[in-house]
Amino acid sequence: MSDFPRWKYVLVAVVLVLATFYALPNVFQPVPAVQIIANHNGVVDAALQQKVAGALKQQNIAYTNMAINGDHLLTSFANGDAQKSAADAIKLALGDDYTVAFNLESTVPGWLRAVGARSMPLGLDLQGGVHFLMEVDQNDVLDKKESGYADDIRNLLRQKNIRYDSVSRNATRGQGVAVVLRSADDRVAAANAIAVEYPDLGVQDGPNTGDRFVLNAVVKPEKLRELSLNTIRQNLATLRNRINALGVSEPIIQQQGDSRIVVELAGVQDTTEAKKLIGATATLQYRPGIGYAGDPQSVDAARTGNIPPNANLYYMRDTRQPVLVDKKIIATGDELTDASSTFDQQSGSPAVSVTLNSSGARKMQDFTNSNVGKPMAVVYIERVVDTKIVDGKEVRTPTITYSVINDARISGPFGKQFQTTGLRSPKEASELALLLKGGALAAPVDIIEEGVIGPSLGQDNIAKGLKAVLIGLGLVLLAAAVYYKLFGLVADVALFFNLVVLVAIMSMIGVTLTMPGIAGIVLTLGMAIDSNVLVCERIREELRNGSTPHALIHGHRKLKTLSV
Amino acid sequence: MEIFNHNSNVNFLGMRKFSIGIAALLMIASAVLIATKGLNYGLDFTGGVSIVMDYQQPVAIADVRAALEKGGIENPVVQSLGGTKEVSIRLQPTAAMLDEKGKVSLDKAKAVVSAALQAPRPDATMKSRDYVSSQVGDELRSDGVVAVIVVIIGIMGYLWIRFERRFAIAAVVTEVHDALITVGIFALTQREFDLTVLASVLAVVGYSINDKVVVFDRIRELFRLARKAEPEEILNRSINNTLSRTIITSTFTAITMAALYFFGGPVVHGFAITMLIGILVGTLSSIFVASPILLWLGVSKKDLMPQVKGNPELERRP
Repeated sequence: MSDFPRWKYVLVAVVLVLATFYALPNVFQPVPAVQIIANHNGVVDAALQQKVAGALKQQNIAYTNMAINGDHLLTSFANGDAQKSAADAIKLALGDDYTVAFNLESTVPGWLRAVGARSMPLGLDLQGGVHFLMEVDQNDVLDKKESGYADDIRNLLRQKNIRYDSVSRNATRGQGVAVVLRSADDRVAAANAIAVEYPDLGVQDGPNTGDRFVLNAVVKPEKLRELSLNTIRQNLATLRNRINALGVSEPIIQQQGDSRIVVELAGVQDTTEAKKLIGATATLQYRPGIGYAGDPQSVDAARTGNIPPNANLYYMRDTRQPVLVDKKIIATGDELTDASSTFDQQSGSPAVSVTLNSSGARKMQDFTNSNVGKPMAVVYIERVVDTKIVDGKEVRTPTITYSVINDARISGPFGKQFQTTGLRSPKEASELALLLKGGALAAPVDIIEEGVIGPSLGQDNIAKGLKAVLIGLGLVLLAAAVYYKLFGLVADVALFFNLVVLVAIMSMIGVTLTMPGIAGIVLTLGMAIDSNVLVCERIREELRNGSTPHALIHGHRKLKTLSV
Repeated sequence: MEIFNHNSNVNFLGMRKFSIGIAALLMIASAVLIATKGLNYGLDFTGGVSIVMDYQQPVAIADVRAALEKGGIENPVVQSLGGTKEVSIRLQPTAAMLDEKGKVSLDKAKAVVSAALQAPRPDATMKSRDYVSSQVGDELRSDGVVAVIVVIIGIMGYLWIRFERRFAIAAVVTEVHDALITVGIFALTQREFDLTVLASVLAVVGYSINDKVVVFDRIRELFRLARKAEPEEILNRSINNTLSRTIITSTFTAITMAALYFFGGPVVHGFAITMLIGILVGTLSSIFVASPILLWLGVSKKDLMPQVKGNPELERRP
């Protein structure tokens, strides 16, 4: 007998059984379904189920299954077309009290799901997915930029000892910064200084009244264009990072028009989760604190509305106590290289561990060095968009909320790496870490349209592709069997299991299956037969030299492992 | 059943000047073609026009696609949006959509698409139209370049360790040859070059390296077995010995790709055709290009003998 060790046979058998097990769910393709969720005024109950069934019957749409599943009613259909017509019919019948959404109902039996076996999600081209259209808020970038220039010019004039009355942004956005000076000479000096220091600004004399000499510094149009281009580009990159973090493979993320971004995700069942991550703009700012939460100064400021000019009045997130925070920013979420969620070692509360980049770390180090014992505040900034229907039109009002999550005494200097506590839950900590790590959006985005998108390949193409795969596989199996006879059949069996193992592994790591992916599998099969060909050819060759088949197969396993 | 004579002894190395000359010529021609004619990048790379159409009555996606193709728009991406009455279309602008300055005009695109779609279905109206950027972002493109370089270095390193320096160099040179010619053919025929084709070019590299390793393996084996090793003779024998396997494997892989090409529909055409070209080029380069380079680099028996660490038992013997 062959001295091929027995444990190796056992290992091969175990691997094959496991692979079959995990490849199996792919046989059960999910069926298109319509999911009905109640809004504020509706309830999901048996009456609703009857109403939906009635509406479908009226339209002559057959459904395969209908069941109440927790807080939603799920109705599944035989094909996508029925699903879409049904959704239209149900929407019509139920009105505004319910949200009707597309979903996919898994048909994988429970016992398979129990061991974690699942089917491969199909890609955008085979099955479609969810579609978001987002509008980038360019105004926000311009606002930030102009405010930044106003600060810079103020500093510049101070440095150059040019006396000025005021430096402020013009009321209309895009009109730049108005500098008011006291004499024509000062104005010339200021204009030169600004032109030298900030070549992106166009400087122009404004009207003079008495001793007010106005100088307008406007961001040059080409710079504006570059700015908006960069904003979009950075937003695209950030979105791509975030979506990769979400684990969605092969998403489509494209710029559309001047200020819009299209995102399409395949295999995403839960759109709310995706939406949260895509549109989220939460970030952190580290600022010097003035006093402590709830101290007399802050309470006084909150009561009278008399806020010191260099400070903002915010509220602590958990206790809602007022707190004064310096306007100066030490470091922001943009300046970090890494973030991860963790737990604070002393208090055990959820925390985010932050690593700053070199410039951020230097600023942090400088600040903490000279301010040991003084407070530092961590400001959590979040942008929420409210959508209301006014006169039949959607009106979106974005609001930015600032809250202080942490205002503590600096116990010792630190720089590059540190922790921030004050988060509500471990989940919030991990979400914030993910957002910080993915990079901040250069400008906030609002989701202005969302919906389900169908497969980009037609049903006929999908059918053709699958047919081609089967034909290709069949031809290779046939060719091997004809050319190598018995050895060929053995090779065929091996090839089949190769396919099973491949599918099992792809399902286990959750690869999204796309048409090119299918083509790749076919290619792999064509190439996988290579190792079998190699052994078969070698066996023939040696048979001709007069060795016995058995000795050969043994000897050539070694050869095969060498080359494969 | 056997097709190839197992005693074949073709003097492949004898025609090395000829074969390498042709290979070099093809590489230069491909490089020139790519530089001058350029590639016909697909929608993934170039971006284009995105259009949303509204229908009053439900419409089938296949009908929309057929209507567009009848109107002269090639390879549009058509997807249903929400229900059955709204479709999203992404397309590469055709010549009819350019204005006098050669730029894409949305108004002209609208006219062309509307005309194409309203001919069979008068209830179609255009809801929105816009430009879309390429699906492949700039950073993704540079990531792709980095990935290719890492792959090449990885292959080189691996072959260096497993075989020897000369094998690594020969393999990488032939890899570049294969990829360049495959892409060159795309430049010549002006077939659409999209993400799928790019992926299959990488697959060609993977496929062809496998092909070379098999031949190299045999070269090393024969070098070690032979007492008196004349490199040219050994290389020739290795190629002849593995010839049957090289061609059979290529044929088998080509069969699957041909099935994909003929039955797989237009979507996988790009992938299948690239692989077919790549398999052909890769197989030829395994036979005609890799070994001559090896010979020129001066491969010898000495380099390939297993390193025998000083065995004290053996050294003591007289």
